[in-house]
Amino acid sequence: MSKDNQILEDLNSKEYEHGWSVNFETDEAPIGLNEDIIRWISTKKEEPSWLLDWRLKAFKIWQGMTEPTWANVNYLKMDLQALRYYSAPKQSKKAKNINEVDPELIAIYERLGISLNEQKRLQGIAIDVVLDSVSVATTFKETLGKLGIVFCSFSEAVKEHPELIQKYLGSVVPMTDNYYAALNAAVFSDGSFCYIPKGVRCPMELSTYFRINAANTGQFERTLIVADDSSYVSYLEGCTAPQRDENQLHAAVVEIYAGAHAEVKYSTVQNWFPGDKDGKGGIYNFVTKRGICAGDHSKISWTQVETGSAVTWKYPSCILKGDYSIGEFYSVAVTNNYQQADTGTKMIHIGKNTKSRIVSKGISAGKSQNSYRGQVQVMKRAHNARNFSQCDSLLMGNQCGAHTFPYIDIANPSAKVEHEATTSKIGEDQIFYCNQRGIATEDAVALIVNGYAKEVLNQLPMEFAVEAQKLLALTLEGSVG
Amino acid sequence: MLSIKNLHASIEGTPILRGINLEVKAGEVHAIMGPNGSGKSTLASVLAGREEYEVTEGEVLFQGKELLPLSPEDRAREGVFLAFQYPIEIPGVSTTNFLRTALNQVREYRGQEPLDAVKFLSLMKEKMALVEIDQKLLSRSLNEGFSGGEKKRNEIFQMAMLNPVLSILDETDSGLDIDALRIVSNGVNKLKSDTTATIVVTHYQRLLDYIVPDFVHVLYKGRIVKSGTKELALELEEKGYDWIKEEVDSTATV
Repeated sequence: MSKDNQILEDLNSKEYEHGWSVNFETDEAPIGLNEDIIRWISTKKEEPSWLLDWRLKAFKIWQGMTEPTWANVNYLKMDLQALRYYSAPKQSKKAKNINEVDPELIAIYERLGISLNEQKRLQGIAIDVVLDSVSVATTFKETLGKLGIVFCSFSEAVKEHPELIQKYLGSVVPMTDNYYAALNAAVFSDGSFCYIPKGVRCPMELSTYFRINAANTGQFERTLIVADDSSYVSYLEGCTAPQRDENQLHAAVVEIYAGAHAEVKYSTVQNWFPGDKDGKGGIYNFVTKRGICAGDHSKISWTQVETGSAVTWKYPSCILKGDYSIGEFYSVAVTNNYQQADTGTKMIHIGKNTKSRIVSKGISAGKSQNSYRGQVQVMKRAHNARNFSQCDSLLMGNQCGAHTFPYIDIANPSAKVEHEATTSKIGEDQIFYCNQRGIATEDAVALIVNGYAKEVLNQLPMEFAVEAQKLLALTLEGSVG
Repeated sequence: MLSIKNLHASIEGTPILRGINLEVKAGEVHAIMGPNGSGKSTLASVLAGREEYEVTEGEVLFQGKELLPLSPEDRAREGVFLAFQYPIEIPGVSTTNFLRTALNQVREYRGQEPLDAVKFLSLMKEKMALVEIDQKLLSRSLNEGFSGGEKKRNEIFQMAMLNPVLSILDETDSGLDIDALRIVSNGVNKLKSDTTATIVVTHYQRLLDYIVPDFVHVLYKGRIVKSGTKELALELEEKGYDWIKEEVDSTATV
């Protein structure tokens, strides 16, 4: 028996680390989805009528849509009427700052390795934590406030900054965009909002940490990031969920707006529960993420490390509207056991001299399927548009699949578009070479995989990169004899 | 130090080694020569623990310990080093990072503290001089885009860093020009000591001008059919392997 086969056989021994859940009192909507539920959510959140109308309109649109089937994934359709669309931990009163947050909630995040205590936090990261449907805490608000930076939960932003929300909500991902985006618009419960004023360079990483705790609950958060002209922000997103037998739905929307000369870096380390080794349970991660480089010389950069979820359907994209704007997409997607990922990006060149760069690294192990799907579109007036795409696939064993679906659509003859793709296998040779130098097989796999993904991991902020490296190793841990 | 007794090994059911006996003592250099397909590289691979090869008979004692039941990494940690004939590329992993991982795992096995970055770098500096290797090369992806000579030099550099007890050089001379051959050999010679031993697997006598062996063994059809001193290598260079083949084949048919 070859070593590769042995690697495969032992691949499944590693359990999901964040698979626990906690019992505490929650405030829940009744199960099901209809106009009344949407009204219930909106009332619960004390929303203005314009937002309720917006939700209801989205719901109508969604009712006329069907679930997309073009992705290279197979899963049992969810009964969306059997889900709960709102679940919030009961807090006696709304916490004004971190010291007022229920210690039990703080304990949950401590257990995830996320300290909400500002003194204990590493300097340089402000964090908003979302548990099930609501944001429970945001740190460093005051520090950021002095610079005019708004960083708070979405619900709070609706109350405190309605003019910004009204202006930008749905401006990048319209409710009509797709099935899940429409659903999200109808039922979204919370999320993070951030606004960086003109000329301000955000001095710390902003971060949102999503956790699904309740059973049978969908998480539909919305993140909106607005970077005004000449501003800069780096944003991080992390996610985990308990281990459950049923599939859970996560259908988020992220919108980014970048004004002239503004730069936004958005990094995700996604570690939703991937299901067990037989493919039971796990999160359906159907997410719409898009940014618009609205102003000239603006830049949006997506970096994602996708290790979790049973099914991933996600294409963080850039609309390059401003002249000289830049869009980047760096992705590592790991699938193991029965995980399926269909992920990639869209780069839509509208402005002149726009540039985009796509680096996608897929890693498939077990019986998983890993697809890259990417579109590069160059519109008529996008003179001198440039794109470089690199799609690499790494296979472990012979029962997994790697697929690449690049779409290129050019309407301007001055465009220069390059596409490179490679497929490779972690070889017995590489592992033996490491072994022969004294490196244990498990560490050898981690070393090889991290080397393969290095170009993407390098894009992550330091602290996150270390976490991502560990996560990659962990996902593939036990993959060896 | 190394005692190979009646070693038989096969790959996918085909026997390659058919009863190797070899004693290597500390301080010695042994050369294993032989025509293509005689089993030279197989012997090196079996000693290092490559799994495609199945050991069907025999035993190997290394410093008094049974070597064959050990995993490849434990053999390495015990002090067995194989310089590969075709060093493997690992994209995105620098030689420095690779070696630091390796060295610290070896040290951990031996109950030593891991080396911190400063000590590791100063050790690197010291060993780099030995094989005249450029630091730039070491921060590049391991063996990726290296020339043949750079790869082999990198193998010897790794050997210097890991400080093995037994070094096995598998056709280290293949693909080397004369300058690289001299540099690589110098490195190997400088690493020799009374407490370590070297097995040089080679097809040609040329390398043995630089790394002078104490013993030369000729491998043919999976057995050591002739042993001698360095003069044997010269004789082989001059006469080729045919006379040995004939000698062996004729006694076999008798």
